[in-house]
Amino acid sequence: MTTPRWLTKALGLGALAFALAAAIDGLWVMGPTAEQGDYSRLLVVHPPVATLAYVGFGITALASVLYLLPRTRRREWDLLAGASAEVGVVFCGLTLVTGSIWGRPVWGVWWTWDARLTAEALLFALFLGYLALRRVPASEHVRARRCAIAALIACLDIPIDHYATSWWQTLHQGSSIDLLQPDKHLDTAHNIGLALGFVALGLAFAWLLVHRYRVEKLEARYEDEALSLALEARQAEGRVEVPV
Amino acid sequence: MWRDAALVAGKDLRIEARSRVATNQVAPFAMLVLVLFAFALDPNRGVLKQAASGLYWVAVLFSALLAVQRSAAIEAGDRDQLRMSGLDPAGVFLGKAGAVAAQLVALEVLLGAGVVVLYGAHIASVGLVVAACVLATVGLAAAGTLYASLAAGLKVRETLLPLLLLPVAAPVLLAATEAWQAALGGHPGDGTQWLEILGAFAVIYVAFGVVGYGALMEEA
Repeated sequence: MTTPRWLTKALGLGALAFALAAAIDGLWVMGPTAEQGDYSRLLVVHPPVATLAYVGFGITALASVLYLLPRTRRREWDLLAGASAEVGVVFCGLTLVTGSIWGRPVWGVWWTWDARLTAEALLFALFLGYLALRRVPASEHVRARRCAIAALIACLDIPIDHYATSWWQTLHQGSSIDLLQPDKHLDTAHNIGLALGFVALGLAFAWLLVHRYRVEKLEARYEDEALSLALEARQAEGRVEVPV
Repeated sequence: MWRDAALVAGKDLRIEARSRVATNQVAPFAMLVLVLFAFALDPNRGVLKQAASGLYWVAVLFSALLAVQRSAAIEAGDRDQLRMSGLDPAGVFLGKAGAVAAQLVALEVLLGAGVVVLYGAHIASVGLVVAACVLATVGLAAAGTLYASLAAGLKVRETLLPLLLLPVAAPVLLAATEAWQAALGGHPGDGTQWLEILGAFAVIYVAFGVVGYGALMEEA
């Protein structure tokens, strides 16, 4: 599951280019809306990071299931689950921060105990716990299985979080995005900004995931080979060169 | 499966009864939490009465943490014996969760009496209170047993278990508190939707435990 270097570079450069386009659209092309004024520009960032946090945790859940099923069990799934959870936690944190920045002027508070916000904060805490569990030393298989189960338990919160705005009366607004009728809630500039934000942050997500996965893989290799390499080095020290 | 569950639950409860940790340590701790809340919130009956349901469930949650940690500690060191006993993993899970649930019910009765006596709470709808307790206990015991087994045998279990379990148990805290609020406030009709959430939580975690506990028992 390695990617050629040019593909990783393309992902990174693509993320930068789209981020630039999204910034131009968000700051200059998009006008302030009647209801939320300039704060509506956060639309370019907030929904994409929130969605990508779900994607990250979703990949973790899927990879964990694949690891738990004996037929598809491979160490790579566990490494992917860990890498994806880490990137997901970063995006989940960004969701909370951008939401807070938006909430202060629009709602008048940095934080409120609304169902959507509470569920998102819980999701963040759950996956912080998952990452802490991953750092607990254990043999490879034991840790992988333990973490896979913990990830699945944590993922039960994702649907609660996503549907919180429809199940409960929340302060957080309902979805602004309607794929069938894009003009229902947003004008064209906002729709373009949102799309650019999704592409830019999606590419950034993929870029981070690929790099994090590579680091996980190198760490795993180090765990496997470090001892034998150290032993070899020691043995080589003891070897005496016999002059011919 | 049910026979195995009864065996494991009986064993755990017998060990608890003989070691007296639950009666001598966990129960006094739970009462202490109630008293500490009273200190923190000023011995002002009005505030305590209003917050009684939330404080009650936080106390239950903290005590549940101790109870599940105890339950996992019973097998610490010799988990192999349980694994090699040939008992059905689903039965072991149900037994361990059942034993934790039995202890939690006893604690909840004690804490309930404490809330009535110390905080001056008046229970208007006993049925709703009991239903919320039963459903929340099943959910807490199931999720707690799962996570305690996950963290069992780790050197960092004391610090890791709260980090793992408390966010998972947060929906129980929320729903049970709301249901109690409705029961104490005399509007039992408002509590039924929260009972549904408690029920869903209990069903999900019991099902997850029955299916997934085997995988957890395999590791050593």
